[in-house]
Amino acid sequence: MKSGSNLEKILTTGQFAVTSECGPPKGTSAQVIKRKGEILKSCCDALNITDNQTAIVRMSSLSGCVLLREMNLEPVMQMVVRDRNRIAIQSDILGAVALGVRNLLCLSGDHQKFGNHPQAKGVYDIDSIQLIQTVKRMRDEKKFMNGEDISGDVPLYIGAAANPFADPFEFRVRRLAKKVKAGVDFIQTQGIFDVEKFSRWMAMVRDEGLDQKVHILAGVIPIKSVGMARYMARNVAGISVPGEIVARMEAAKDAKEEGVKIAVEIIEQVKEIEGVHGAHIMAVAWEDIVPRIVQEAGLLPRPIV
Amino acid sequence: MIVAEQKPFAEIMEMLEGFQKILVLGCGTCVTVCFAGGAKEVEILSSLIRMDRKKKGQAVEIVERTLVRQCDPEYLQELSDSVGQFDAVLSMACGVGVNFLADKFSQAIVLPALNTRFMGVAEEHGVWSERCAGCGDCILDLTGGLCPVARCSKGLFNGPCGGSVHGKCEISRDVDCVWHLIYDRLKGLNRLDRLDEILPIKDWSVSPHGGPRKIVREDLKV
Amino acid sequence: MPCTGRVDVIHILRALEDGADGVYVAGCLEGECHFQTGNLKAKKRVQYVKGLLRDLGIEPERVEMYNMSASQGGRFAEVAREMVDRIKKLGPSPLRGD
Repeated sequence: MKSGSNLEKILTTGQFAVTSECGPPKGTSAQVIKRKGEILKSCCDALNITDNQTAIVRMSSLSGCVLLREMNLEPVMQMVVRDRNRIAIQSDILGAVALGVRNLLCLSGDHQKFGNHPQAKGVYDIDSIQLIQTVKRMRDEKKFMNGEDISGDVPLYIGAAANPFADPFEFRVRRLAKKVKAGVDFIQTQGIFDVEKFSRWMAMVRDEGLDQKVHILAGVIPIKSVGMARYMARNVAGISVPGEIVARMEAAKDAKEEGVKIAVEIIEQVKEIEGVHGAHIMAVAWEDIVPRIVQEAGLLPRPIV
Repeated sequence: MIVAEQKPFAEIMEMLEGFQKILVLGCGTCVTVCFAGGAKEVEILSSLIRMDRKKKGQAVEIVERTLVRQCDPEYLQELSDSVGQFDAVLSMACGVGVNFLADKFSQAIVLPALNTRFMGVAEEHGVWSERCAGCGDCILDLTGGLCPVARCSKGLFNGPCGGSVHGKCEISRDVDCVWHLIYDRLKGLNRLDRLDEILPIKDWSVSPHGGPRKIVREDLKV
Repeated sequence: MPCTGRVDVIHILRALEDGADGVYVAGCLEGECHFQTGNLKAKKRVQYVKGLLRDLGIEPERVEMYNMSASQGGRFAEVAREMVDRIKKLGPSPLRGD
């Protein structure tokens, strides 16, 4: 076992994993995290706490993870390279392990221009792939980036994001291969709406043998409203929303019901694709709906390992 | 070349408040070529300053002059006898020139008329864009000659990130994703295998982050 | 000058600095410039000067670009009248200092 985390156990025993995410508050209330943890605890194997997502200042991922640990839940810490240099990164990793975090998602981070502090200096001391390399070295060699020894173990299950819908399309699998080479253990993809395009990407992934080397969890974003569908189709870099989905949302009498239906269908479809080992449900500001989606997709109860 | 832009006129006039005898000093090199601070721009800005002061009923006396460059001591030396007579020197050079004037003439009030933007190229007449960030350790042999430090918004060494769509950067449709350009270029040159290697973590100590930089060539010193 | 393409920003500014209440640039009809694009350059420069005047807090209408062919005597007179009327309405230049 690399980390002994619940997520690692489920994936390495060949079971279909379910993860979700909690957005921390733009404030100091621990209650916000605790409430979301309560809602999601029985339907997920691990819970991501986002890291200043969209470059909007929120309570840190590490602190959110600690709050989940206090509830005996399993967090996935997210770390963007936008906001901290290698000194702070390695320092936070040591602290995270000491505080019980066992899963770490390594990300570039949305550019600061998108957020609520667009004048901030973006750090980007290292990139996300170099971060994966760094965490792997800390874990497997017990060494800091500079080669010095780390006292104690660094049991972390290393994750990264992948976007099958970004460009250049042919290069996306090569980039995944780079992440695998760097040492990534699991991938959570960007939200999938175009299942056909996703399965083409998965075919390329299998051709490279990457499905044997990394566990891929398919991202699913439940749509709450027509406005949300249109917004994502038009404005979010790297999300591909097919016309039929927008049309379904437009025609629906109950938008939320249709959104749940679509999410469940997507999970059922991607579950059948060879090489997909789990689902990562990103219910932005709609965490309450996740237990129902997991249940209707036939994924309850979650295995105890 | 260094590319700069004139500061908003109101900002310049605010800087000049209270100063009556002003030297408006242009530079004949980079800022001439990007039409920000050459002899012509000196004339225009001086005319505007006079008009503004006239409108306000305030006096001003402007001397217009342009040096070949403001970054070599030989040219700044031409000013040694006269600089003392001015209340302020409004330098239309890039930040390098402004600094050097301040270094050389400790008694002079030196003000910047320009905002220095970047090291870049003239894509066409009237359009300039950034190419080099002066990071101190060039890796262009590994990226097909296109610089991710200067041209990737996140300075990624192993891009593109997930925000690259249709060859454009996530920050704006007007910004090309340089990693997409690097990919296309290496593909065209049959050198795509270069991208399979993970580019190593950068040593930022030779960049501006490591402190102000200096080069000394003993073999050239007199 | 042989072509309005030779009118530079500084020429217009100097005229205003010296006390002109208004300046207009009369170039050939668009598409008929003897030197191809001279009148288009002039047009852009006049627009640029209008922007500078705005920065100064002076009415940008004091400067204008007009197009006419050398044979259009009537148009020439019409433009002159139009400009004079406009400037009369605006009043003397704030740079007169009288």
